[in-house]
Order: sequence, then C-alpha cells, then structure tokens
Amino acid sequence: MLSQFRSSTRLAAMEPETMPSPILSLEKLSKQYPTKSGPLTVLEPTSLTVGVSELVSIVGPSGCGKSTLLHIVGGLTTPTEGRVMLDGQEVTGPGAERGMVFQAYTLFPWLTVRQNVQFGPKQRGAKKAEREELADYFLDAVGLHGFRDHFPKQLSGGMRQRVAIARALANSPRILLMDEPFGALDAQTRTVMQELLLNIRSKERTTTLFITHDIDEAVFLSDRIFVMTARPGRLKAEIAVPFGSDRSPDLRTSAEFFQIRAQIYDLLHSEGQAVVDAEIAAGS
Amino acid sequence: MATILRIQTKEAATLRPAARRRSPGLFQLGEDIPRGAYLMIAAASFLLPIALWCFLSYSGRANALILPTPTHMVQAGIEMYRDGDLLPDIKISVTRIGIGFLLSAVLAIPLGILMGAYKFAEAAHEPFVGFIRYVPVPALIPLVMVIAGIDEPAKILLIFLGTYFQMVLVVADVTRQVPKDLLNAARTLGSSRLQVLFNVLLPATLPGILDTCRTMIGWAWTYLVIAEVVATSSGLGYSIMKAQRFSRADEIFVGIFILGILGLATDMVFKIAQPRLLPWAEAQRS
Ligand SMILES: Nc1ncnc2c1ncn2[C@@H]1O[C@H](COP(=O)(O)OP(=O)(O)OP(=O)(O)O)[C@@H](O)[C@H]1O
Ligand SMILES: [Mg+2]
Repeated sequence: MLSQFRSSTRLAAMEPETMPSPILSLEKLSKQYPTKSGPLTVLEPTSLTVGVSELVSIVGPSGCGKSTLLHIVGGLTTPTEGRVMLDGQEVTGPGAERGMVFQAYTLFPWLTVRQNVQFGPKQRGAKKAEREELADYFLDAVGLHGFRDHFPKQLSGGMRQRVAIARALANSPRILLMDEPFGALDAQTRTVMQELLLNIRSKERTTTLFITHDIDEAVFLSDRIFVMTARPGRLKAEIAVPFGSDRSPDLRTSAEFFQIRAQIYDLLHSEGQAVVDAEIAAGS
Repeated sequence: MATILRIQTKEAATLRPAARRRSPGLFQLGEDIPRGAYLMIAAASFLLPIALWCFLSYSGRANALILPTPTHMVQAGIEMYRDGDLLPDIKISVTRIGIGFLLSAVLAIPLGILMGAYKFAEAAHEPFVGFIRYVPVPALIPLVMVIAGIDEPAKILLIFLGTYFQMVLVVADVTRQVPKDLLNAARTLGSSRLQVLFNVLLPATLPGILDTCRTMIGWAWTYLVIAEVVATSSGLGYSIMKAQRFSRADEIFVGIFILGILGLATDMVFKIAQPRLLPWAEAQRS
C-alpha cells in the first residue's frame, strides 16, 4: 500500500506503458530573446509530453521561462527552435483548441459574465441558443450562475478567474493552458479555486498544462510535475504524483503529500538560491 | 461573551480621550474628507471671488470702466440678448466648435487607433504629428488665412488643427495601453486578427477615447476664441473683441461668463454621459 504511494524522481521520460497516449508534445523547444548585450537564452531545449486527461504542472523559480514556455504552446510566441505538436499537428499560432487562462485578469470588461463565456463560441459563429446553453452550463460548473449578468468590474478576483476558466472551457479545448491562474488570489480563495478545478476536472477531464510556483498547489492538482531550473530554464526533474483523480482536501495533510512536497522543495530551493545569487552578481 | 465585554471596557479605559474620536482632519494625503466640508470648500471657492467682485465694484473702489458691477453685467447681458446679437453669436460659436471638433474626432479616432495598433501606421504618421504638435497653433493663423481665407472654413480649420494633432497622439496611446493579455486571450479563444481588432481592441479603447474627447473639446473652446478674436465678425470671441473696442467692460464680462458656462456645460454633458454610455468601465475621473 505504501509503496504504491512512493513518488519517483527521474530525468528520463516515463516508461511507455504507464504513459497515457500523448496529446501534446514539446520537441526540443528553445527560446532566445535578442537584447542589446547579445541574445538572452530564456529556455534551453525542452521536451515533454502530456497525455490525454492528464494535469501536468511546471514549477520553477521566478523568471525561469515558465510563461514563455506556455506562450509558445499557446502559439502566442514563436520558439527559436523546436516545435509543439498537438494531436500530431504542428502548432503555428493561437487557436481555440488550446484554451488559456492567464495570471492577469483578462475578462472583457464591456461584456457581462455570460457574454464573456460565450465569446469563443460566438467567434466561430455558433448559434445563440447553443452559445447560451454552453455559457449557462459552464457558469453552473464554476458556481457563478447568479452572477451571469454582472460586469467583470463587479466581481472579486477569484470570481473573475472562475469566469475565465468557464470561458476557456466553453470552447471545448483539447488542452487547457493555465499560467499561474491563482497566483494573484489570497491563500483561502486559492485553496477554494484548486478544489473547484479538481471538481471540474472530475467531470470534464480536460487535459491541462499548469504553471505555478506554489508547490502545494502543484502537488494537490497534478498527475505529474516538472521542476525547472533558474534561467535559462530547462527541465530538471519529473515527479509523478500518484494520488489518482479522486482527491479530497484531507490529502493536503497526509504524509505522502508532505513527502512529495519536501522533495520538490529541495529541488527548487537550490534554484531559488541561484536566482538570488545571479541578481546580486548582476547588481554588483 | 462576558470576557469579550471585559476586554472591550478595558481597552476603552486605556484609550486617551483625545485619541478616541479625532476627526481625520483636512490634510490627509489623498484621503476623503466629509462631504459637507467638501461642498462648503467648493462653494467658498466660487463665492469668495464673487464677494470680492461685489465689494470692489459696488463700493466704487474699482474703476467702473474696468470692473463693472454684477448688476451692470446682467443688464448688459439682457440688453445684448434684446439687441438680437447674443443668441446668434452663441449659435455660430457652438456650430464652429461642433464642426471643427467632429471633423478632428472623425479623423483622429480611427487614425489614432490604427497608429496604436499597427507599427506601420505609427511610422507613417506619428513622427510627422509629433513635429507639428509643437508648432503653437496661433503661429499657423497667417497660413490658415492664406489657405482658407477669413470665413467659416478658416475658423473650423483652426479648431481642427488645434485639436487633431493632440487627439491622434492620445488616441494612439490609449490604444497601445490596452493590455496585451486581453488581445492574447481573444486569440486563444479563436478570434481572427480582424475579430481581435473589432471585437476586443475597439471596445477596450472606448473609455479612453471618450475621456480624450472630453479633454479635447475643452481645447476646442480655446482655439475657437483665438480664431474669433483674430479675424471674424461674429461669434462670442468677436463679441468680446467688439466690446473691448467700445470699452464696454460689462459686455466683455458677459462674453467671458457665457464662454465659461458653455465650457462647463460641455464638460458636464461628458461627465453625465460617460457612466451611461459605458456602464462597464472602471471608475472614471470626476
Ligand atoms: N520579450 C522579451 N524580451 C526579452 N526578455 C524577455 C522577454 N520576455 C520575457 N523575457 C525574459 O525571459 C525570462 C523568462 O520570462 P518568463 O515570463 O517566461 O518567466 P516566468 O518563469 O514566467 O517568471 P514568473 O514566475 O515571474 O512569471 C525573464 O527573465 C524575462 O525577463
Ligand atoms: Mg510567468
């Protein structure tokens, strides 16, 4: 029983038989930005795959290139080298099949909550009845049915992110890309949002690539966690989280949870130190 | 319950009376003050100059040729109205502002949005505008008269020149300030580039554009008066000039007063319209 919960750290990919069929694969993605003092490498060649219905997290110190990686997958940034394959097709730009939730609030302020959720379907020309049904379904799922005629400015931060999730899901994306979606929320709201996300995932099973720097959040939500090094970012370790899909809040206080958390903490601690050292070196 | 009460009484006892209920005072950076106090200060800011004016003019301390009494001003206003000059003057001035400002808005808003949205449009127009806007508008008057004569088109052109170049730059800035993530969000929701432009960028600029219009129409009044003072035979600016020629201080005051009230009224229209037109926008300036 206990051995079943043992997590595993390894740099190699997981053995094929335990791997769900991949839907997304990043193939040697790298990114350099040109700067005045020469090219700045933000992301070193990075490869990973995400299987159907998996939630894969990427944790890493600030500025290590997490957002850059996710923006490349979203098609909003072009990689310097490498490519992103979704369902065997190369990603060349943004598209509705890759829904995205950002850390900053990105609801359209001139649209009501319900119109925001309908935005994607409307862009592709869905009929009004279909759109409203979709919107109502996903607003129910995030518990905001009663706020459907409110404008975003009337909502709290947590509510705005709920709507943003509903808006992304209403497009029925193949994969959901989340960039520290709860990073701006207070600790209590964040916990509630994490449980909400698990709850939605138990119904929708949307494949998710999740960026965070909150270790607890990563362990609580993920099936697998990748740890990144300080800039230039590359994958340093992969950790399987063997808690299955049915998770209760009690999990957070279990011994297995603490064990995985400690493991990631150790991996990240040295990277955090590297970031601070680099900043001090650059400043002196 | 009892413990809570005890704690409360103990705390109250330790508070010094002076510290217990001190009003925050008027000198708190950026803090609100009681509404009554605010209104009183605001009223005083109007009433004090008026009181000073009354005192200086009625007491005869000021030269009546320079500073008329309020009574004289009101009488002059009624007289001007009866002579049938006042209303047509107001009408012609408002028309000039309306046409000049509309013309500049109709061009500046779309061009400004293009400049903010596309670098090629910025390169095509911004350096030129950036140069022109440092030329003081009055310096353009001779040129305007050479091109457009001294009739209506000249005045409208001057208002246009005074507002267009500022407006197009501000609108471009407003457009550039639309958060990139908002546009990115739309693109990941399946919007095409054109859909992003029309369904996201345009609505996102509306509060800023309305605000720009409000500022710019204030400038339009300034350029109107410059135009009417320099060369014309109608309008409020002209009526002030005419009054000056006949040394009618009371009529000068009437003209200034009406200009002030019309300017205030346009500003009020925007202030009242803003929350109605864009109820979704975050708090706007007062
Ligand atoms: N357009 C750009 N030009 C130059 N450098 C950039 C650009 N965009 C990002 N960077 C740099 O790339 C690095 C990685 O940025 P990124 O936003 O991906 O980090 P992150 O891991 O998401 O950080 P955080 O945890 O703070 O969100 C940062 O050091 C950033 O300064
Ligand atoms: Mg980031």
